[in-house]
Amino acid sequence: MNIFDTKKELSGFVLAGFILMGLLPLSNTIVPEDSIFHVAGYQLSLWGKYITYAVLAMSLNLLWGYTGLLCLCQSLFFALGGYAFGMYLMLQVGVDPVYNTALPDFMDFLGYSELPGYWKPFKNPVFTMLAVMAVPGLVAFVFGFLAFQSRIKGVYFSILTQALTYAVCLLFFQNKFTLLWVDFTFGGNNGFTDFKKILGANINDASTTRWLFIGSTAFMLIVYALISIMLKTKFGKVQQAIRDSENRVRFSGYSTTTYKLFIFVLSGVIAGIAGAFYVPQVGIINPGEMTAAKSLDVVVWVALGGRGTKFGPILGAIVVSMLKSYATRAFPDSWLIILGAIFILVVLFMPNGLVGLPKQLAPWINRIRGKERRANTRKTVTAP
Amino acid sequence: MVLSLIHKSTPLILSVDGVSKSFDGFKAINDLSFYLEEGELRTVIGPNGAGKSTFMDLITARTRPDEGQITLHLEEGHDVDLRRVREHQVSQLGIGRKFQNPTVYASHSVYDNLLLSLNNNRGIWASLRFKEQKRDREKIFEVMKAIRLQDVKGTLAGALSHGQKQWLEIGMLLAQDPKIMLVDEPAAGMSDEETDRTGELLLGLAGKHSLIVIEHDMEFVRQIASRVTVLHQGSVLKEGDFDTVRSDEKVVEVYLGRQARKH
Repeated sequence: MNIFDTKKELSGFVLAGFILMGLLPLSNTIVPEDSIFHVAGYQLSLWGKYITYAVLAMSLNLLWGYTGLLCLCQSLFFALGGYAFGMYLMLQVGVDPVYNTALPDFMDFLGYSELPGYWKPFKNPVFTMLAVMAVPGLVAFVFGFLAFQSRIKGVYFSILTQALTYAVCLLFFQNKFTLLWVDFTFGGNNGFTDFKKILGANINDASTTRWLFIGSTAFMLIVYALISIMLKTKFGKVQQAIRDSENRVRFSGYSTTTYKLFIFVLSGVIAGIAGAFYVPQVGIINPGEMTAAKSLDVVVWVALGGRGTKFGPILGAIVVSMLKSYATRAFPDSWLIILGAIFILVVLFMPNGLVGLPKQLAPWINRIRGKERRANTRKTVTAP
Repeated sequence: MVLSLIHKSTPLILSVDGVSKSFDGFKAINDLSFYLEEGELRTVIGPNGAGKSTFMDLITARTRPDEGQITLHLEEGHDVDLRRVREHQVSQLGIGRKFQNPTVYASHSVYDNLLLSLNNNRGIWASLRFKEQKRDREKIFEVMKAIRLQDVKGTLAGALSHGQKQWLEIGMLLAQDPKIMLVDEPAAGMSDEETDRTGELLLGLAGKHSLIVIEHDMEFVRQIASRVTVLHQGSVLKEGDFDTVRSDEKVVEVYLGRQARKH
């Protein structure tokens, strides 16, 4: 089965893989540092971050673009995956030379004398990778089950997901909190930082940076291919049918609740894995990553790039993130206003986002070209 | 006892016995009894608020009755209690419903709209692994022919005319091979010619399927109706052939009379 729509898309996919996973990391190692083709390590990390954002945007697009569920807890799934992986990284830090303790430093400050039980399995990288998927997946499953079972949809679904994000965010801002009779601690508002090692390698090594970048891009390409395959199946068609008319789908005999739940969990898992790639590349995770505003950022990325298109979310996430990197330095005070203005402009004038822009402008371009052509033909007629 | 007598003399497919349903104290359906024979084409009319839509919601498990029974009679005396099934199972039992506003999948082609409506396994894994078979294609072409949309099979449903959307939705029901088709105002918003064709389509389906058609347009009702049920304030006011109903004094008063005064 051909998973892509056009040959152009296939070659774009291969080319992207070649450049991102081959050329960029190579130009970081082989090309000498004074060459203009050299890609510095910090740039790889920065682009690695953008790429995890792109995957986050793709996970929201799966819900919002293709199923019509505007979910405002995508950053929560992202942060939960990030936190799960951060727990592993914290346990790899080793014995602190100053305080002479093997506990993560914040636990030492909070007066813990030994590692809490739920932290212990995170010493194991395989368990951690499972948890990266399972924690956001489980949250999505429980929340999604309750929401979809009670037929909560549209704006009410969005508000509830935002409330969930807010509630969990408040919990994580506390140094310690109790949930289901267990005392949890995840470093409060400082979160986790100062990582040293990942899978035995030094996290600050140039090769670690490269491998993290390659891993992130590989994951992005896998998710892209996965979404492409899904859209080709009957499942993908049902998904879009739910967006267009859920009642009709239900009366055609599909349990839309199950379908939506499956997509919601899948989307949460993808966002969680993206978060796990994000944390070692930026070197920090704190509750700031799961604020309601962060979830809204993702919505802006998807809307700007093109909702319900395969490439739009990637483009939107990268363009807005680059713009943010630039604008927060150049106009630190007015950056948020700029972001808001962009969102309004896109909603008002670009219903299909950046990806839809060429098509939207096509009539204008054709008109201009048509004028030229007419001018040309006139010339040939008058000068035989 | 009376019920079982009816059941024996004519093969029923659906019985609604003494059903009531209230919303916040308002009795939308009040002790309603309704029996549909196999292969019958029944038209249900009634003024606004007579409970027509609630009646359909009850049959399709969208709402549950407060009292009474709703039973689907399948082959060999196998009965299904429709009060106990879930919405998405209703179509699997062979009841298809067309909504009042044409409800189609706007961003899918006519062909895909029908494909999604076929009677295949509707589970998630089945959908992920689904491969179109020859019999699926044949069924889809058969339906497209019946609803006269074979020339626009690749067109996105959102781009169809209003009438074509109505037919497509009827086609989506047909693709399910339903035993009972509930059709809510099929002629609404159609031109005269389209209305005629819709009438022919529905008449052609009767016999093979049992149909309940809700309709406002009296001209259309006369074209298709063999038997008419008039609902008023949540119960059956009158049942009979078109002319009997049309000339009934009570019916004229609550329904036709109102229209007559309008003109």
